Amino acid sequence: MGPTSPDTARRFSQVVLPHLDAAYNYARWLTRNDQDAQDVAHEAMLRALQFFDSFNREQVRPWLLAIVRNTFYTWLKKNRPLELAEPLGEDSPAPSGVNPDPSEIAIRNADRRILAQALERLPHGYREPLILREFEGLSYQEIAGILEVPIGTVMSRLARARKRLAQVVTGGQRKDAWQRKG
Amino acid sequence: MPGSEKAECRPEMVQAYADGQLGVAETLELEHHLKTCANCAAAYRNHRALSAALADPALYYKAPPALRDRLGAALTSRGARTEVAPPPPPAPRRLLWRSLALAALAAFVVIMTATLSIRLGRTAPSELLVRDVVQSHVRSLLLNHLTDVPSSDQHTVKPWFNGKLDFSPPVKDLAADGFVLVGGRIDVIEDRPVAALIYRRRAHYINLFVWPSADQPGALIVTARRGFNVIHWNEMGMACWAVSDLNRAELQQFADLLRTAS
Repeated sequence: MGPTSPDTARRFSQVVLPHLDAAYNYARWLTRNDQDAQDVAHEAMLRALQFFDSFNREQVRPWLLAIVRNTFYTWLKKNRPLELAEPLGEDSPAPSGVNPDPSEIAIRNADRRILAQALERLPHGYREPLILREFEGLSYQEIAGILEVPIGTVMSRLARARKRLAQVVTGGQRKDAWQRKG
Repeated sequence: MPGSEKAECRPEMVQAYADGQLGVAETLELEHHLKTCANCAAAYRNHRALSAALADPALYYKAPPALRDRLGAALTSRGARTEVAPPPPPAPRRLLWRSLALAALAAFVVIMTATLSIRLGRTAPSELLVRDVVQSHVRSLLLNHLTDVPSSDQHTVKPWFNGKLDFSPPVKDLAADGFVLVGGRIDVIEDRPVAALIYRRRAHYINLFVWPSADQPGALIVTARRGFNVIHWNEMGMACWAVSDLNRAELQQFADLLRTAS
């Protein structure tokens, strides 16, 4: 990598570095451990610096998170190739919603550790849109851009991810807790 | 199986509504449906409940200091003469300011109570104004119209207001403290155009409304309406109102940061 001009570095530190927490958080939920997340986030920030000159300033976070994601998958191929083949089970019909089961309170009071564990156990394809939506507040369109899938796919994966989480935190007693047609 | 699916039930729209991703027409249509369909209303509440559970700050991993140090070193070695933005220091100064603000608030409450009968109408913001501010916040989220100028760069947002308002609102960058500037918008409160600055804390949006005011600078006024926290203060000839579903402590931190960052 060539030397960075002082001006580029100054703008980079003003524009991109404030989003380091977002980069690390995303990497942390993707790798599911601190050291790997630090490696991925570090590498992603250096890549971002490298590409910074060709970047339009309006959408910093989605741009940075897309770089984090690409960095992660490169890292995954090298370090945990088996995870790449994770099936999503998208052949089954998408969950169609929730029944009026009073699970709202159970969900709201969900134990943090159980919730974190459930999140970590989601396949990457479900966890990613959920992290980007719930933790980063990105729009469907921004998420679709980062994941390189259609918006409809973002919506169905979000629905599946949420259904699984709700099942876990409500004790999994009602398999159909988030599905009207059980 | 309790309830039954109606022909017009569209679960993906309920989710999109909970995620704030619907346009005006779809929002109105769906809100109408939610009033008549218990199934979808329950689904909507479950979506909100899950989002609330996931908003737990402990589930958001912040970049550890070791990563910041390593990044700083790497950037320097690549010729970047820069410093990695440090994590917000647990500055005693800020704590001092916060406790001062709290003390001032306590004093203010005492004075307010003591002189309630004569001063209420003049000093306390009117109930109508508070309601107006909260409504503007809700509307901006509901109609999916948060920003007219989406940008996290204060040097893009501030000039955007030029020529649109007869004053220049202060626009501050608080990203290092975890409040990311999302953009700006013109809104109308009590029939006057005001600047709305939008910040984000995790998945929570904060509307900061600013307009010129002759009121004297004073302590923070903290209140809540319809589940939203509202903080009001005056400074440098401006009335400032921060509204959010963010918890009170963090919204107060936001207000304190704005006041001390000037």
